[in-house]
Amino acid sequence: MTKPVVDWFAISPSLALLAASGLTLLGAVFVPVVARKLYSAVVAALGFIAAGVWAGLVFSESPEATLELADTISRDRFAAFAQIVVAGAGLLAVGIAYGQRTRADHVGEYYAVLTAAAAGMAFLVQSADLMTLFLGLEWFSISLYILCAIEVDAVSSLEAGLKYLIVGSFGSAVLLFGLALVYGATGELGFAEIAAQIERQGLADDGLVLAGLGMILAGLGFKASAAPFHMWTPDVYEGAPTPVTAFMSAATKAVALVLALRVLVTAFPAEDELWTIAVAVIACVSLAWGNIAALVQGNLKRMLAYSSVSHAGFMLIAIAADNELGGRALLYYLIPYSAASLGAFGVVAARERELGERVTLDNIAGMGWERPLLGVAMWVFMLSFAGFPLTGGFVGKFYVFAAAYDTGFWWLLLAGVIGTAISLYYYLAVVRSMYMRMPAVGLAPAGGSPPREVILQGSVFACMGVTIGSFFAVQPLIDLAEKAAAQLPF
Amino acid sequence: MNEWLTTILIFLPIGAALVVWLLPLSDRGAGSLALLAALAEVGVWINALTRFEFEDGLQFDHRYTWFGDLGVSYHVGLLDFSLWLVGMTVVVMAAATAYAFWTGRERARAYFGLMLFLTGAVVGVFASQDLLLFYVFFEAMLIPLYVLVGVWGGAGRLSATLKFVIYTMAGSLLMLVSIIALGLTEGTFDLSRPFTSDNPLIFLGFVAAFAVKAPLFPLHGWLPDAYRESSAEVAAVLSGVVSKAAGFGFLFIAIPHFPEPARDLQPLLLALAAAGLVYGSIVAFRAPDVRGVIAYSSLAQMSLITIGLFALNDFGFEGAVLQMVNHGLISGALFLLAGVIERRAATGDFARLGGMARGRPALATLLMTAGIIALAVPGSAAFAGEFLILAGVFDEGWGWAVVGAAAIVLAAMYMLRLISAVLHGQTGSSVPDEALDLRPAELAVIVPLLGCLLALSAWPAAVTDHLNFG
Repeated sequence: MTKPVVDWFAISPSLALLAASGLTLLGAVFVPVVARKLYSAVVAALGFIAAGVWAGLVFSESPEATLELADTISRDRFAAFAQIVVAGAGLLAVGIAYGQRTRADHVGEYYAVLTAAAAGMAFLVQSADLMTLFLGLEWFSISLYILCAIEVDAVSSLEAGLKYLIVGSFGSAVLLFGLALVYGATGELGFAEIAAQIERQGLADDGLVLAGLGMILAGLGFKASAAPFHMWTPDVYEGAPTPVTAFMSAATKAVALVLALRVLVTAFPAEDELWTIAVAVIACVSLAWGNIAALVQGNLKRMLAYSSVSHAGFMLIAIAADNELGGRALLYYLIPYSAASLGAFGVVAARERELGERVTLDNIAGMGWERPLLGVAMWVFMLSFAGFPLTGGFVGKFYVFAAAYDTGFWWLLLAGVIGTAISLYYYLAVVRSMYMRMPAVGLAPAGGSPPREVILQGSVFACMGVTIGSFFAVQPLIDLAEKAAAQLPF
Repeated sequence: MNEWLTTILIFLPIGAALVVWLLPLSDRGAGSLALLAALAEVGVWINALTRFEFEDGLQFDHRYTWFGDLGVSYHVGLLDFSLWLVGMTVVVMAAATAYAFWTGRERARAYFGLMLFLTGAVVGVFASQDLLLFYVFFEAMLIPLYVLVGVWGGAGRLSATLKFVIYTMAGSLLMLVSIIALGLTEGTFDLSRPFTSDNPLIFLGFVAAFAVKAPLFPLHGWLPDAYRESSAEVAAVLSGVVSKAAGFGFLFIAIPHFPEPARDLQPLLLALAAAGLVYGSIVAFRAPDVRGVIAYSSLAQMSLITIGLFALNDFGFEGAVLQMVNHGLISGALFLLAGVIERRAATGDFARLGGMARGRPALATLLMTAGIIALAVPGSAAFAGEFLILAGVFDEGWGWAVVGAAAIVLAAMYMLRLISAVLHGQTGSSVPDEALDLRPAELAVIVPLLGCLLALSAWPAAVTDHLNFG
């Protein structure tokens, strides 16, 4: 057996992040404590920038999708697009995390694990066979388990980490079982070969393949926190350190959904009659559950967690459409969604640091007037989530709905619209609280206002820029998404 | 230059809004800048009016591809009737801004920025030549309105805004479904291209949005709260300007692009409008306060306009456009007058008002003038509009015209009741003893509105002779 040719360029985004991770880990030992936080954050940020640049280069240098590394890795624009989103999310997450009061002896590890998680995500979206798929998935999941629990002094953080570990492992196990069944039935690991075998042996209705497909869907549903596999989401999002939640809500969901689309259209085109319906049903359940449960949340992080469940539903609509327009819609949707999600959690983090307690609808009363930048930014993020014009969220929903209509899923379109209508109530509740209610007495932080966190505010501002900018610059973004989605075999 | 005119009309106020928000101006500075921008906007409109070639169809149009793969573009331009509606909008918005400036509002920078932003969004609605762009502006109106009512409104503002938003968005989202269905079926979202669809469901999606916005009976649940709880000038804008987006939508999208469904559902829509007309008029007659009368009269008037639109003939369309312009100015003036009254008596309840004419000749004159034009006395602009509407709908069945004519009588009843309850009779318990007539600033806001109305009364053909419905 000959050694495979290694196309280092194809996996350069992952490698850049791994390098950053290694350097921050070294820094945790060799850099003196006073400079450690700055050093780690800068190295992590540079890692994310490098990964984004490499992914951009891979995007421009890959007009044709090719399989690399013994056909286990796909070098294509679809993956590169998702990697750029992950790198951007990671960079902003570093900005949101920087001011967080973490224990000095963990700060190096924090950024090391963050970059390692992102490296796993960048690897996952490129995977072209079942082994690399599972490898990438576990790689970033294990990193995230640690990240959730990294504030070892806070019970809620430990609880979140443990919960995520248990439920996440269960999800991974289900996924692995599904992968094993598919491998057992087809005898192939590569996505394209699986499709070919199913075609050749007429396995489209084979029980093992179908059970495997169902389990793969469920396993990815766990990671994307789509209902009914979302049980861990509110608790983990609430308990985990807010910057970690911000990163998870944007990047984890993005890669899980992007990968789901890739697996479904590459490996299971023969079963598309079945999985489009299954995905559509999961989308409807997510929309209903996420939106209705979010209505009654007083805690902002929990509310945003349920909101993220409902957005998984919207993005699943794009997957269920099973056409190129759907692929385009999914990729475009990721941009404003990730930006708004990171930004909203960034605002929550800012308020949390100001108050030193959990952020609820009650204690953000009047915040819009006290903190104009954060207030306006939160306004924009909520409008984007709710799909109002002047934000990218509107265009994203428009594309998703258009994709659903194009496939003939008009009922899915209606479900999406009803979900949007319900979601207005809780998104606008945030705005109502920030601008239309007066602060209750006694919430002012002792000792006056904390210092302005320029980095955090800058990150939130950047998120706002992306959220609004993606509304006006639809054409260039959709061109990129179109090029990326065109490399999937719809 | 000409092709930029519409874009300037839309983005001059939005740009000014950004300036007001971002520059650290004083309250007075923000207000002055906003007023200046609103007046400049009126100037730009007059410029557009002088350059406009009636009979030439779409003008000043400007097109820029927004996302090409689905055929969506930024395409704006003015038709003859949109020109008139834009004119009404900029005048009423300038009056509302001036009123707020002289009354003084807390957090002035946010407030005036939102008013300017709203102006741009409404003009955008009237100027859109692309379905999705129309939706964008239609929704963008909601954002500033939500805050304007929710922050600067009265005690019940929170529930009022909630109702308003839920009603409006339910309708709008159905319209979004229709827009997607129509645009993808046609392969383009451009409205300047003539195309027709005979799908009644898509038509109903548009009707839902416009029926809530107008509002049409029985979708008017949000109206009384929103008009009562918002500040006077925002109520003026809501009922005078924003509701016209619905009439415009019917006239510009729903009727011309869906001839068959419009014809099929004509009886239903006429019946709803007639019901709203009678219901609104009766409730206005029974309303216990100034704002209540104006709010429900607004429901009645929008219903009358809808009757004109769904007469589906040129008389009806002309009457509806004229009446939209009239009602915008009348309703704007009346709500501002209601604000003036409330500032003096601290209440709008008829039980505690009365006898305000004594020592307040200017207030009495203006309220009488506005009220008399509103009740469509022969010779007034509103009379011309209502006459055309009735003439139009008479062709579709004399019964509709009878309902419309009866409503004119009802309008006389509620308007005269309003006038006499405020101005005449015993001095109300809340009416202060000092006379406190209108101040010059208040006159400067309301007199121009009434001046426009008197001009239109003298020459209604200025609008109606310059309309073409291909």
